[in-house]
Amino acid sequence: MTPPGIPPIDELSVTLAHYLVVSGLVFGIGIVVALGKRNAIAVLMGIELMLNGVNLTLLAFSRFSSAFATGEEPLSGHAFVVFVLTVAAAEAAIALAMAVLLYRRRETVDLDRVNLMRW
Amino acid sequence: MDSTGIVIGFWALSAITVVSALLVLLARNLLHSLVFLVLSFLGMAGLFLTLSADFIAVAQILIYAGSISVLMVFAVMLTPLASRDNGNSLYLLPGLFGGLGIAVLVGFVAIDTEWAEHRGAALAESDFATTVGTVGQLLLGRYVLAFEIASVLLLFAFLGAIVLVQERRRGDDDASQDGASR
Amino acid sequence: MSDQPLAPPPPLAPPTAHRPATPMLQQIQDRPGVRDSLMGVPLPLKAAGAVVGLVTLALLAGVGFLVVDGRLEGQWYDVRDLGNATAGLRGWLQDEGVDHRIIWVILGTIGGIGILSVLGGWLLIGSWVERRVLAKFQIRSGPNRTGPFGLLQPIADAVKLMAKEIVIPRGADRFLYYIPPVLIFVPAMLGWGPVPWAERMTYLDIDVGVLYTIAISSIGVLAVFLAGWSSNNHYSLLGAMRTVAMMVSYEIPISLSLLSVVLLTQSMKLSEIVAFQDHYHVWLIVLIPFAAFAFLFSSTAEINRTPNDIGEAESEIVAGFYTEYSGMKAGLFMGVELGHAILVGALMSTFFLGGYTMFGLEEWIPGYLILATKIAAIYFLFVWLRGTLPRFRLDQLMGYAWKFLIPIGILQAFVVAIEASVFARSDAPALITLGAFAVVNLAITVVIVRFWADRLGYAPSQHATRPQLIADGTLGGLKAARKIREA
Repeated sequence: MTPPGIPPIDELSVTLAHYLVVSGLVFGIGIVVALGKRNAIAVLMGIELMLNGVNLTLLAFSRFSSAFATGEEPLSGHAFVVFVLTVAAAEAAIALAMAVLLYRRRETVDLDRVNLMRW
Repeated sequence: MDSTGIVIGFWALSAITVVSALLVLLARNLLHSLVFLVLSFLGMAGLFLTLSADFIAVAQILIYAGSISVLMVFAVMLTPLASRDNGNSLYLLPGLFGGLGIAVLVGFVAIDTEWAEHRGAALAESDFATTVGTVGQLLLGRYVLAFEIASVLLLFAFLGAIVLVQERRRGDDDASQDGASR
Repeated sequence: MSDQPLAPPPPLAPPTAHRPATPMLQQIQDRPGVRDSLMGVPLPLKAAGAVVGLVTLALLAGVGFLVVDGRLEGQWYDVRDLGNATAGLRGWLQDEGVDHRIIWVILGTIGGIGILSVLGGWLLIGSWVERRVLAKFQIRSGPNRTGPFGLLQPIADAVKLMAKEIVIPRGADRFLYYIPPVLIFVPAMLGWGPVPWAERMTYLDIDVGVLYTIAISSIGVLAVFLAGWSSNNHYSLLGAMRTVAMMVSYEIPISLSLLSVVLLTQSMKLSEIVAFQDHYHVWLIVLIPFAAFAFLFSSTAEINRTPNDIGEAESEIVAGFYTEYSGMKAGLFMGVELGHAILVGALMSTFFLGGYTMFGLEEWIPGYLILATKIAAIYFLFVWLRGTLPRFRLDQLMGYAWKFLIPIGILQAFVVAIEASVFARSDAPALITLGAFAVVNLAITVVIVRFWADRLGYAPSQHATRPQLIADGTLGGLKAARKIREA
C-alpha cells in the first residue's frame, strides 16, 4: 500500500504536542467566546469550538498512541469522536430551539437581558 | 511518510483554524463570525485528515460545516428582530482569563510532558486503509451500548426541539400558556 | 370634450452633452464602484496584486496536495491511474527516475484539467441544449441567431455577462456579498472528485466517497443563505429562506436512499458500487426503485431545478437568492446551477444506473463515453421535467419530504438491510436472490406508496399555508380525488 520511495517519518515531523497545543488554543478561544459573548447563538458557537478542540485531542491521542502501532483497538478515539459529534448535534438542536423560544418570549437573544432569576 | 507535506499542512491548517477561531471572537457581526466559524471547522477537518482520520474528517464537514452552521442560520432567521451585533457580555473578562489560563495550561502540559508517543517505523507500518470499517465495527461491537444511547439521545433532542418551538394554535386551551402568547 | 385642438406636444429638448444630473443619477455616479476603486492604482501594483493572488492560490493548492499526500497512502488520489494513457505516462516518468511526488503532481494536474475542461464544455453545450430543447417543448425556436442553430449563443451570453457592470446594492454587507459566488462554486467542483469515469480513472477514490458527496453538497446551503442575507433585498432573503429550508429537508431523503445503496453494495467507494452493479449485471435502480426515485427527486430540490426551483422562482421572487447579483457573479450562480445538474446526473448514473459500465459494452467503448451518455440522458430528463411540470409550493415540497420521502425511505432502508444480510448469508445464486429482492422491493414500494397516499393525502383547499396530518379519510388523498371525480 505504501508507495515506494517514501522515507519513514523523522524527527522533523509534527508530534503529539503540536496537536495538543492547537487543540488547547481552540478550546481556550471557545471558552472566551462562550463566556464573553452576549448573543445566545454566539455562545453556542463558542461551545462548538470547545467541542472541536476536544475532538482534535481525542484524534491526536488515537493517532499517536501505542495502540495504533500494535494494532489492538486502534481507533477508539475515532469512536469517541463520533459520540462527541452526536452530542454536539443534539445539543445544537436543543440550544437553538431554546434560543428561538427565548426570542418568542422576550424578542431578544441577548443573554445579559435574561435576568429575571438573577438575585 | 512524507514529513515535509505533513509539516506544511499542519502549520497551514492550524493557522487557518486558530486564526478563524480568533476572528469568531473578534468579528463585529454575528453572520461574519458564523462564516469564520465554518472556516474554522473546515480547517479542523483538514487537521483531522493529517491525523489520517478520513471518516471523521468527512463527518466533521457534514455535521459541523454542513448542519450545525445551517442550524445557526435557522436560528438567525427565526429571530428577525434580535440584534445582529456580536457584542461582549459582562463575563468577557472572566472568560478571557479562563480561556487564556486553560490554553496556557494545556500548552504547558502538552509541551512539558514526555509523551510515550509512537513515531518512526512503528507509525509508518500502521495501516489506515480501513478507518471506516474499523470505526463501524467498534461502534457496533464494543461501544454498541453507547451507540444506542447516543441514538436515543438524538431522538429525544429531535423531539425536544420540536416540542420547544411548537407554536400552539389559538383554539387550544392549554393550561400552560407558554408559547401561546405569540 | 373641448373643441379646442390639442396643443401640439412640446418639441423634444435637444440632447445636450451634459445633462444636469438628477439627484438619483448623481448618487449613482458618485457611488464608488469596483472599477473606480481600481482606477487610481498603478499598473505595477495591480500586476503585483495579481501575482500575489496567483501565488497564494498555488500555495494553497500545494498545501492541499501535500496534506493528502503522506498519511493516507495514496487512497485519496488515484488520478495516477487515469486510464491507460496516463498509466503509460506514469510508467515512463518512473523509468526516468522522477520523484513520485512530482509524478503525482503532474498526473493530478492532468486529471484536474481534464475534469474542469469536461465541465466547461458541458456548461457551454448544456445551456444551449437546455434552451433549444425547452423551446421545442414550448413550440418556439429558441436561440437561433448567433452562429448556426444558435450554437454560439452560450459564448455570446458569457461575453455579455462578463462585460456587464457589477452593481452592489446599497446597504449590502460587502464582506458577505463577495463570498457566495465563490463558495457555491467550490462544492460544485469538489463533488466531481469521487465520480469514477472509467476503470481506474477516479480523481479521489476514497473509502468514504458516498459520505463525501453528501458532505460536500451540504456546504452549498450556507452559500445560498449568505447570498440572500447579504443582498439587503426581500426577494433575496425570501428565496434564500425557501432554499435553505428545502435543501436541509431534502438532504435527509438523499442520505436515506444512499444508505440503501451502501447497505446493498457493502461499500462506500463509488468505484466499488459500480463494480457491484457490473459484477451482478444489474442496475441498482432495478433493485431499489424507490431509493432511485427519492434520490432523483431530492436532487432536483437540492440543486434548485424545476419542479423544485422555488428558491429562484422567477415569476414570484425575481431571481430568488441571487436577485441582486449582476454580471459574472450572477453568471457563476447560473453556471453552478447547470453544473450541479450535470453532477447529479453523474452521481445518479454512478449509484443507480451502472456508472461507466454497460453490460460488457465498456470493453469496446471507453467508459467515460458511456458515463457521458448516461449523464446526457439524465440531463435531458431534467430539461424534460422543467418543460413539463409546474412548480410546487413550498409547503407542498416540505410536506412531501417530511411526510412522504423520509418515512418510506426509512422503511426502504430497513427492508434493504434485511435483504443485504440475507444476500450475505445465502448460498443461492445471485440471479435468484437479486431477482427476488427486485420483485419484493418493487411490490413493497407500490403498496406503501398507495397506502401512504390514501392515509396521508393532501387537500389543497383545506389548509393552504400549513399542511396538517390528515387522518380523516374524507379529506385528502386518493379517496378525496375519487370523491371529487364522482361528484
